[in-house]
Amino acid sequence: MSSSDTALPTYKPKDFASDQDVRWCPGCGDYAVLAAVRKALPNIGKRKEDIVFVSGIGCAARFPYYMETYGMHSIHGRAPAFATGIKLANPELDVWLVSGDGDQFSIGGNHTIHAMRRNVGLRILMLNNRIYGLTKGQYSPTSERGKITKSTPMGSLDQPVNPLALALAAECTFVARCIDIDAKTLTATMERAAEHEGCAFIEVYQDCNIFNHQAWFYASQKNTRPSNTVDLMHGEPLIFGEERNMGIAIIDGKASVVTIGEDGVTEDDILVHDETDRSTAFLLANMFHPELPEALGVLYCNPDRPAYEQASHEQVVEAMATNRETDIATLVAGHDTWMVED
Amino acid sequence: MPDTSVDTQSTTPTQVEAVTVRFAGDSGDGMQLAGGQFTSTTALVGNDFSTFPDYPAEIRAPRGTTFGVSGFQVHFAARPIHTPGDAVDVLVAMNPAALKTNVGDVRPGGMVIADEDEFTKVNLKKAGYGPEDSPLDEPAIKDRCRVVRVPLSRMVREKLSETGQGAKEIDRCRNMFALGMVCWLYDRPLEPTIEWLESYFGRKKNLPAVAEMNVMALKAGWAFGETTEAIPERYVVPAADLPPGRYRKISGNEAMVLGLAFAGELASKQVTYCGYPITPASDVLHGLANLKRWGVQTFQAEDEIAAACAAIGVSYAGGIGVTGTSGPGLALKGEALGLAVMLELPIIVIDVQRAGPATGMPTKTEQADLLQAFYGRSGEAPCIVLAPSSPADCFDMAIEAVRLSTRAMCPAIILSDAGLANGAEPWRIPDLKSIDAIEINHPVAQSDDSEVFHPYERDVETQARRWAIPGTPGLEHRVGGLEKEDVTGNVSYDGPNHQHMIHMRSAKIERLADVIPPIEVGGDTAADTLVIGWGGTQGAITSAVGRLRADGVQLASAHLRYLNPMPCNLGEVLARYPRIIVPEINSGQLQLLLRAQYLVNAQGINVIQGRGFHVDELVQGIQAIIEGANG
Repeated sequence: MSSSDTALPTYKPKDFASDQDVRWCPGCGDYAVLAAVRKALPNIGKRKEDIVFVSGIGCAARFPYYMETYGMHSIHGRAPAFATGIKLANPELDVWLVSGDGDQFSIGGNHTIHAMRRNVGLRILMLNNRIYGLTKGQYSPTSERGKITKSTPMGSLDQPVNPLALALAAECTFVARCIDIDAKTLTATMERAAEHEGCAFIEVYQDCNIFNHQAWFYASQKNTRPSNTVDLMHGEPLIFGEERNMGIAIIDGKASVVTIGEDGVTEDDILVHDETDRSTAFLLANMFHPELPEALGVLYCNPDRPAYEQASHEQVVEAMATNRETDIATLVAGHDTWMVED
Repeated sequence: MPDTSVDTQSTTPTQVEAVTVRFAGDSGDGMQLAGGQFTSTTALVGNDFSTFPDYPAEIRAPRGTTFGVSGFQVHFAARPIHTPGDAVDVLVAMNPAALKTNVGDVRPGGMVIADEDEFTKVNLKKAGYGPEDSPLDEPAIKDRCRVVRVPLSRMVREKLSETGQGAKEIDRCRNMFALGMVCWLYDRPLEPTIEWLESYFGRKKNLPAVAEMNVMALKAGWAFGETTEAIPERYVVPAADLPPGRYRKISGNEAMVLGLAFAGELASKQVTYCGYPITPASDVLHGLANLKRWGVQTFQAEDEIAAACAAIGVSYAGGIGVTGTSGPGLALKGEALGLAVMLELPIIVIDVQRAGPATGMPTKTEQADLLQAFYGRSGEAPCIVLAPSSPADCFDMAIEAVRLSTRAMCPAIILSDAGLANGAEPWRIPDLKSIDAIEINHPVAQSDDSEVFHPYERDVETQARRWAIPGTPGLEHRVGGLEKEDVTGNVSYDGPNHQHMIHMRSAKIERLADVIPPIEVGGDTAADTLVIGWGGTQGAITSAVGRLRADGVQLASAHLRYLNPMPCNLGEVLARYPRIIVPEINSGQLQLLLRAQYLVNAQGINVIQGRGFHVDELVQGIQAIIEGANG
């Protein structure tokens, strides 16, 4: 709404840094994400007064305080609902939601599903560290089964939630996964999310170096990432491995690892990524280490469904245009009135 | 009906002052529709009226059972009235279950009109009678009331058989036959109902055959009254002497909808209503969903919590965020409301109270959420609390809520109730131009980036913080649930600052006492006894006090529509009366607040039976307290 006629200022990452001291634990993966966000925002074509960061509760939820934009640090799990209200009131605002795995998928699971299926134009960054950090180390909804924590001394019993599959099932129209320390992919993915009109969900593998250190090391380190993850590029084959000779092929309807050059496998046998294909996205969302490499990048993108808040405003605009003649006094009086004379 | 002499000529109507009619039948029998149409006709004739729709929570309970009975009561009079009536003068019972559950409310000498065709063995059993029972002939009923047996179903079927429609469709017109009979009984014109049937079924739903059948049934009901001598008498209730002006019929939920939409106009802002379906508040969501033409936006959220949170999001972004619910939903919204108190944002919360706790009796009324509205949040999180005193007052209180909430930058809770929400009364349509605009000033863009914006800097007069909205250059700021340092809005764990902020959050509300009307005392202002109530009980209290005063009892009365803050002169008023009586549909919540805040010996009259006060029980309750004190 504020977008004035003046040209968009040229921002630098530091323009998005607020005057507040960042208070995460030294070495926390959140720092890397914060830096990537500040790096991405100058490139998305938005004025900083039109950007709002919304969060719930948790370590990641402190995010808004560190951004020199508008921001709301709300209550546990409800950030998608607050963000929906903000978009309904002003669809022009660029609304980012920063959450953790507990905030998003435990207490906030219901709101997550509904914001996604409505396709509210939000950019959701879910910093998944597979642990409750702010409350000092209980297992989270993404913790692996058997997790020994303060609240599960004999190991957790719960099957972890699969964030990407859940997002896809909830009809989310942009689904991606990144790693905290991979600034390049993270920034690029955020810039793509910012272009998306509907609901964009990015799961970020984030290291909690206090309560769940190295949880993602199998995927995030120089020596593990090439063989244990596969980078997704729309229109490109799913090739990975130290020597870039491994690939994902669909064999008997299942994703399978093959080696190019072995058993007659050529590059033509490798699955080519089509980010518009929702069923393949499910398949990619279900690839887990150690059986398969884990997919990184944009799994799914459907730019065609309109954003909820835009559709909501269009209904109001349409109603105002078609029933122009009735004024509010007529509305208040209603259809059946009678006079009482003096 | 009771007040005048009996005219022996059945066709010459007897004039009566006030009448209470109740239509009762199965929840699929269309009793609400028949009652609603009778009320509209009554309004056009110029009576004052008050209605009480009483329906079960089950949408279609098994046919013929007592828990599936739906009732609609209308009290209409040639003089001003304030309640839907205590005792029923005429009961229309469409089946045995309706008779069983309602006949106890018929006054001695009243009339029971029953569809005798429905008193079959099967239906008697469903209603819990024995197969050989004949309730219409029981002395307990027959000796107390005049029973009029009407072969209603049979006549409707015979009359409508020529239409060639199915039996099910024909039976659906029984309610119109009953309405036609009652219209004859009280000499009410059929034209308004015919016009409505033709407009609704004929044009809107494009079912002209259905419209025609209903009109036939309606006319047949009238003709039955006119040509048979089954109904022994006829009555007329002359027009009431109401203040001059243009009137309409309005229920509390309708008035709430219009008030919210108009408040948006007054504030030059979009209203966004965020709700989740809940009885008896859903009609507010439905009503506003139809007002997009006036810029109103509605959002049906995934749950009560999301509805409250979205409304807060709306307000943060500069709109008028409204959420509505009933008691259980208010409990769910509690944490979000605490955040709105902390963020110091305006948000309107409508609680259409119903009988609790838990699911309680969802379609029945109660006033038991007062303390929840005051205190139902973690920490000390005061909200503005308002309570409309009549269905039409919901219009004014919706506007007041927006005015006060945006002025103090604080949530406002409106405590309506099921009785107000569904009950209807005549409303003199206000001159909208005479209602003051709601002035809202957002801080404007700050071009100099070096100047730091302080989101919690306060207005000297109101103590409210400034409402800076996203999209405004230079005012970027963060709000959140962590305690704020005053002025800067930075996160603060400083003890003295916390105490200061707790004080500020409540002081802002206290300051609103300067801009709300003082409480007015009516009746015998110099009496020893003050009867004081709040919210939806005003009608019953006014009637009871009026009746006692007419009998020579000296009574002063006052009614609270503003609960937090309370009117600035309330302490002084209470101090004048040695005896203070507080009737409430709860166990004494206002009584507790008045005792606590003003150190007065307030005594309660508490009837908590899922319905509004009967005037009789209030009269007796007040008398008992006065006599107890004197004796």
